[in-house]
Amino acid sequence: MLAVISPRPLLFRVSVKLFYVSSFSFLKSTEHKLITRFCLFPARSHVSCDIKGDVAVVRFNTPNSKVNTLSRQLSSEFTDVMNEIWANEAVKSAVLISSKPGSFIAGADIDMIEACKTSQEVTQLSQEGQKMLEKIEQSPKPVVAAISGSCLGGGLEVAIACHYRIATKDKKTILGTPEVLLGLLPGAGATQRLPKMVGLPAAFDMMLTGRNIRADRAKKMGLVDQLVDPLGPGMKAPEARTIEYLEEVAIGFARGLANRTVSAKRSKGLIQRITDYAMALPFVRRQVYKTVENKVQKQTKGLYPAPLKIIEVTRQLLNAKLSASLFPFFQSFGQLAVTKEAKALIGLYHGQVLCKKNKFGTPQREVKTLAVLGAGLMGAGIAQVSVDKGLKTILKDTAQQGLDRGQQQVFKGLNSKVKKKSLTSFERDSILSNLTGQLDYKGFEKADMVIEAVFEDINIKHKVLKEVEAVIPAHCIFASNTSALPISQIAAVSKRPEKVIGMHYFSPVDRMQLLEIITTDKTSQDTAASAVAVGLKQGKVVIVVKDGPGFYTTRCLGPMLAEVVRVLQEGIDPKKIDAISTAFGFPVGAATLIDEVGVDVATHVAEDLGKAFGERFGGGSIELFKLMVEKGFLGRKAGKGFYVYQEGVKNRSLNSGMDEILARFKVPAKPEVCTDEDIQMRLVTRFVNEAAMCLQEGILSNPVEGDIGAVFGLGFPPCLGGPFRYADSYGAKQLVDKLRKYEAVYGSQFTPCQLLLDYANSPSKKFHQ
Amino acid sequence: MGSYFKLTGILVNIPSLLAVQPKSKKTLAKSGVKNIVVVEGVRIPFLQSGYCLHGANSVCFHLLCRGLLNRTSVPRDVVDYIVYGTVIQEVKTSNVAREAALGAGFSDKTPAHTVTMACISSNQAMTTGVGMIAAGQCDVVVAGGVELMSDVPIRHSRKMRKTMLTLNRAKTLGQKLSLISKIRPDYFAPELPAVAEFSTSETMGHSADRLAAAFGISRLEQDEYALRSHTLAKKAQDGGLLLDVVPFKVPGKDTVTKDNGIRPSSMEQMGKLKPAFVKPYGTVTAANSSFLTDGASAVLLMSEEKALAMGYKPKAYLRDFVYVSQDPKDQLLLGPTYATPKVLEKAGLTMADIDVFEFHEAFAGQILANLKAMDSDWFAQNCMGRKSKVGAPPLEKFNNWGGSLSLGHPFAATGCRLVITAAHRLKKEGGQYGLVAACAAGGQVMMLHGLALFPLERGSNYISAPVSTMKSSPVTPGVGAPLKSRGTGCL
Repeated sequence: MLAVISPRPLLFRVSVKLFYVSSFSFLKSTEHKLITRFCLFPARSHVSCDIKGDVAVVRFNTPNSKVNTLSRQLSSEFTDVMNEIWANEAVKSAVLISSKPGSFIAGADIDMIEACKTSQEVTQLSQEGQKMLEKIEQSPKPVVAAISGSCLGGGLEVAIACHYRIATKDKKTILGTPEVLLGLLPGAGATQRLPKMVGLPAAFDMMLTGRNIRADRAKKMGLVDQLVDPLGPGMKAPEARTIEYLEEVAIGFARGLANRTVSAKRSKGLIQRITDYAMALPFVRRQVYKTVENKVQKQTKGLYPAPLKIIEVTRQLLNAKLSASLFPFFQSFGQLAVTKEAKALIGLYHGQVLCKKNKFGTPQREVKTLAVLGAGLMGAGIAQVSVDKGLKTILKDTAQQGLDRGQQQVFKGLNSKVKKKSLTSFERDSILSNLTGQLDYKGFEKADMVIEAVFEDINIKHKVLKEVEAVIPAHCIFASNTSALPISQIAAVSKRPEKVIGMHYFSPVDRMQLLEIITTDKTSQDTAASAVAVGLKQGKVVIVVKDGPGFYTTRCLGPMLAEVVRVLQEGIDPKKIDAISTAFGFPVGAATLIDEVGVDVATHVAEDLGKAFGERFGGGSIELFKLMVEKGFLGRKAGKGFYVYQEGVKNRSLNSGMDEILARFKVPAKPEVCTDEDIQMRLVTRFVNEAAMCLQEGILSNPVEGDIGAVFGLGFPPCLGGPFRYADSYGAKQLVDKLRKYEAVYGSQFTPCQLLLDYANSPSKKFHQ
Repeated sequence: MGSYFKLTGILVNIPSLLAVQPKSKKTLAKSGVKNIVVVEGVRIPFLQSGYCLHGANSVCFHLLCRGLLNRTSVPRDVVDYIVYGTVIQEVKTSNVAREAALGAGFSDKTPAHTVTMACISSNQAMTTGVGMIAAGQCDVVVAGGVELMSDVPIRHSRKMRKTMLTLNRAKTLGQKLSLISKIRPDYFAPELPAVAEFSTSETMGHSADRLAAAFGISRLEQDEYALRSHTLAKKAQDGGLLLDVVPFKVPGKDTVTKDNGIRPSSMEQMGKLKPAFVKPYGTVTAANSSFLTDGASAVLLMSEEKALAMGYKPKAYLRDFVYVSQDPKDQLLLGPTYATPKVLEKAGLTMADIDVFEFHEAFAGQILANLKAMDSDWFAQNCMGRKSKVGAPPLEKFNNWGGSLSLGHPFAATGCRLVITAAHRLKKEGGQYGLVAACAAGGQVMMLHGLALFPLERGSNYISAPVSTMKSSPVTPGVGAPLKSRGTGCL
């Protein structure tokens, strides 16, 4: 007996305990006892159960994983455990908790949803989950969710089906319904329970934005009933003790709920009561639905089906009286799960997870002190995301004025977090104490990494590199933040090119998630490992590409912007270009994008890339940009570009000064390729073709990074999942056909690359299997 | 003043005490460093806040100083310097020490300054005095602390202050009116001083509750400890052991003669209270926390030569001290744990050498957490970077005459009470070494978290003769000799 059980000590403990309890309470009913015993024996690896007095403590613990996910295995074990609890008369209440401090349940298992071949299968999954949660909701024995760590998606749905929620008040504990970000809807009752719990407007806000809600905010909203403060070190590690304490507190409340000394009813505030009253009026509700729907339409351009479905389902459920009418709701979930938008968004999710890992392994030496050269927009941004992650950061500039501006930018960035209450003013000040602003190279002898963000001029970069190498220690890495200058060219003057690497950040650095790391042939593995580690520490999604003009991201953008210029020259006005590009799913219109990037920068890059790649990067006339620069129409930073930018004016108007320039460069439009759809495709096919060429040339090592880079760095429509995902879903053949059509009109700029042709020739070949 | 013979009697009568004292009782005197002694210490009765004190800090103070001077009959002009501690500052008397000194009739030639370091402000006052004497700056220092929680300064809101200050500069009536017209009802909301950490915005009680939870200390344990404190304090009060209390005539009211916060209750009654900070499930309640208290205390410190020359019998020698600070969030109240091993090592003593422990009791949970932390190898290894635990002080030597939980805790007056209580207990119980510890927080000062700790050595006139005569161990002469030779002049 012992030999059989010993490999599963946990199970043994559980079953003995359960048996112990049941042997007291079921003496009369041998039959029942036998059943109870029988149920205990199946091996459980994901869910365990302890009986503490009259309270059952159910623990989630997905093996070999940092987080718990609602997989088939976990769900079925959870169901079994709950059935035992309901059958056990000695148990009066239950606590649900995770054995992992950082994760209650992080959501449904995405692989499980992806593995479903048909929408029916997904519908069934949703139905099963919903049934289980209904049983919990109606359980005569109170169930308390003790939440520590991420409580997202299906996890939140489990929590809100319980009678009471207690959450740890720390930064790791977040609640939310991120399904919409994956093109799905909350499939196990959040659409139904959330509005009742937090009110319709707040529920819509959660479900439509997928935003994470911290524990203290959740308490204020009524999403959780009690908070538990995280504990400091005591007789064991703080995290372990905190979760133990959470459990103790939860057991107390479970007992209180069972013997009715605690009430699960919340006392609602006045505002909440007024809102509830208003929401009960049908015409108010209709108005809310209408407003929300309009807003969603406006923001998504109808490209994302999930938010609209969420509104629809919520409305149906709130009106529905009978459980029979829930069926269309389950169906909606199933339908959404098999849409190409959901597949694209889920693909991005997987890609993001992949790009949050360091494929070069752990670097030999951790970067603790970072020096940033140049306190401009980029430099200060890099300093901000570094210093607030605990890196000692030196910010160096050549002029006091520039340095002051940069330091002010960092302060402002952190202070905005204080205003949003995600940081205290004390924390802000203690973070800032790790930032040193200076004009000289003092302290560089202690730097582990230097990131230069000086002006994009090869001579200046060379000068800076030489100066820095004279003062830094041997192990120190030199990283260049450039958007187009080849790193090998910068490294040419280095004494130790193995320590030179490219780190291409995107503006604004504190908001853009992507970091493109560029390695040359000479860059060492360890240098790459360090750079990725720093990027991940800064909270970035990191892609690593090979060196070349424009690397990956800038290079893809080049041809597309050249095409934008041609379209402008053909007489389409910037507003129209913006409209048709956002209609395609780009978050920022193509003309606005040029204004944002800066016309001077765009000119610079276009010239460099034009020299490197020749005719393929042609299309629009670069002279148009040059004239804009000459006239001072540099884009947003100058107040004038294609548009006029004024402080406080929301509806910006077209820059009338551009009329003359556009007129001067006007070329006749080709009517056969000038419909809205053709213009969209001219922009996108050039983008995708260039991306494929980067993969073909080995600049990119895989399509996943290509998709992530395009979406997170350049705003490629997320609903399409990136250029490679798009090529798969649109069809490589169809893409090639389009390219050929435009090639016939414009020539070699549209010649499809070999890789794309290969994929077009064998329809079974996909970038993403 | 206790006499030498009385003490001998006690030692003889308690053989068990002797049984634990065969260890080497060396002196902690350091060559080349002046011996600094406590000649006397007094305090006014500690009174629950709001009870009857409504005077200014300085008034309360100078009355106490008079008490000190009367008891020691030290000539006023002998005092070289006065250091006083206070936490909640009265803006009008920001250097309260000087006001008190003048009011108490000290010479107006005696300089005085005020120090602040949260709950250990009077510890800071004493160590400042110790430093000054050790450095040869002076020979006689009065150190103490005062806290009047009944009268805390309440400010106008920031917006109101700004308006008022701008108003001062407004020249024309129009400007003044326009400023006044901007005042909104919320401008009148006052700003109260909070017992919260500046850095974390967490109140002390909340922190104590988390600390108790971190160490798994139950409500029951805390209530039991609080009851112990009240019971022992009551016993000490009834037995007339609290010799440091001097009667205090409250202006406009009767004279108070004893602490009024000592209220031994029952476990049942204490169990009925609701949690005061972490609601509704916490463990720290009003009954197991120290309460807001008014009070003042002072000690007369001298260099040993000066004391002996003036014919005083020192009550205690102040031998060593350390201040430490930790993370203000999670270890706010764990100072004693960190400081105890440090000061013991510095003085070359072990836990077993200490006969009397006087620790400041901010919360029952905090004391119990410290005891557990000192007794935990995990804590020593993971948080303190030590190889092993220092060990917890035995409870029978610990705060035997009550503590801050029962006597009360006027922030800046507690330190002197601890020192003088330790001295009195050493004498009464016949011990040689005492250890005083208190934890503090950085409420208004930017100091994060400090702690003062003294291994006290009892005055040599009490100890040297009995020990050397009663023991025949070969160690004793070596120990006794220097003490004797040093003390003979006075004995």
